[in-house]
Amino acid sequence: MPPALAARGLTKQYGSVQALAGVDLEVEQGELVGLLGPNGAGKSTLVKIVCGLVRPTGGSAEIAGLPPTATEARRNLGYLAELFRFPGWYTADELLELHQSLASSQGGDGERADLLALVGLEDARHRPVDQMSKGMQQRLGLAQALVGSPRILLLDEPTSALDPAGRRTVRTLLEELRSRGVAVLLNSHLLSEVELVCDRVAIISRGKLVAHGTPDELSKSRGVEIETGDGLKTYREARRDDVPGLVADLVNRGEKVYEVRVVRTTLEEAYLEYVGEDEQ
Amino acid sequence: MRPVAIVARYALQEALRRRVFQVVLGLTAVFVTLYALGIWQVFRRVDQIHPPAGIQPRPFAGAFVFGLSMFATLFLGVVLGVFLTLGVVQGDAERGLLQPLLVRPVSRPALLAGRLGAAWAVCTAYVAAMYTSLLLITGLIGHWWPDRIALPAIELAAAVAVVVAISLLGSIFLSGTANGIAVFMIFGAGLVAGLLGSIGEALNSGTLKTASHVASWALPFEALYEDALHVITEHTTGFATFILRLGPFGGAHNAGPLLGPWIVLYAVALGVIGLAGFARRDL
Repeated sequence: MPPALAARGLTKQYGSVQALAGVDLEVEQGELVGLLGPNGAGKSTLVKIVCGLVRPTGGSAEIAGLPPTATEARRNLGYLAELFRFPGWYTADELLELHQSLASSQGGDGERADLLALVGLEDARHRPVDQMSKGMQQRLGLAQALVGSPRILLLDEPTSALDPAGRRTVRTLLEELRSRGVAVLLNSHLLSEVELVCDRVAIISRGKLVAHGTPDELSKSRGVEIETGDGLKTYREARRDDVPGLVADLVNRGEKVYEVRVVRTTLEEAYLEYVGEDEQ
Repeated sequence: MRPVAIVARYALQEALRRRVFQVVLGLTAVFVTLYALGIWQVFRRVDQIHPPAGIQPRPFAGAFVFGLSMFATLFLGVVLGVFLTLGVVQGDAERGLLQPLLVRPVSRPALLAGRLGAAWAVCTAYVAAMYTSLLLITGLIGHWWPDRIALPAIELAAAVAVVVAISLLGSIFLSGTANGIAVFMIFGAGLVAGLLGSIGEALNSGTLKTASHVASWALPFEALYEDALHVITEHTTGFATFILRLGPFGGAHNAGPLLGPWIVLYAVALGVIGLAGFARRDL
């Protein structure tokens, strides 16, 4: 079975600017992958190539084994762009109805009501888009992306206009989608959010994939801290596996052990290290 | 065909709900009212009009004023068509309106076809309604009817359709504002070609007439408009034909039987360039 999404050796040149310089990335069904990188790193270009809006200069992209422009590939795809707008004269319900028609969704009125409830817009069903706040429009954008129950979701900064409660709603939604087997590629600057929900993280810098792995794999060990009766003792080279031995040694020496902490870098620190290394 | 129909319905909804449509309708109502008033005044005093010898005042006044109204129909139809299409690709892409549609199972040719079909439908309905209103006002108040009733309307609608296709093509390569300016300049160039033709007729200058002829076929909405002017006095002969050929904003000119095939070829060429250009565009 092909991966839900695959990018192989993707390159993209805009005039003299190399936006992507050979990116390989796969997202499996039911996997939630976070895409991180500084502004201009090529994240949005990668997402746009994968959904067929931008033509790659080299390499290839596939959606469930099909080229992104294939009709069947697009039936399986939901997309929320970073910079998007909907016609201001459409109501939320009309907009979803349009996307149902385009996606050949048979969900009808029930699907529209469910999606609006899912993103907390059930009371704004008949409100025109130009009377919605930016946050409401972003929620509507998410509902739009979910029309037709896509198997693959590409979300480009889906929470940039949301308040903390809205972000939590989106996180919960993403976790639910993952449990239903939906593959998600989440492009976000909010590292804490990515760390909380993503199975894997890919870091792009200057058009290249500089790191990828689980959030745990990307973060680095910073030793072990043990709080004893004599105060805090730090073992900088120690790892998690060393903890039983360290504790046993302390206890044998008659020390009282109150707390043990395995210290790791946060994803943010790891990200800055990877991006910083590449910038240098 | 289904995606084309869905996009066309979307574009029709957009056309009818946008303020530009309401503005054009309002201006049209004002224009038609003023036209009726003008026609009433002209034909009330038709006996005081002294056209060149050998020409009856009523056909002269009728053809001249109705010719002017045909220009107004063409102009307002073009304004409507251009505003409906000037930002369809680049403009909508820059505003982020296009991308959510194109990641659906909608091909780029289907999107162009739907948008073009909707703009043509709106503009054709508008031209037909406007032409019919002005025809009835001229006929019922002035008791003058053109020699051909339907053909001028069809040619005006086709002229607007050509400008709409040019505008849609331009939207693939230019942002909304730049495209609007470019299309109106192209439209203006067509009108200038018509004026050159009128001057050429008056001076009997072969060079000006040839330049006008070539330009009006290169911008065939002008050739269609000139032919539409021609057929409203198709059965008029002699000196009267010469006078009417000097008509407003480009004289009446018989385009001949090749104009139809040329328009079809022209539209196909615009379509091929548009599809090739859109296929290569990054959004």
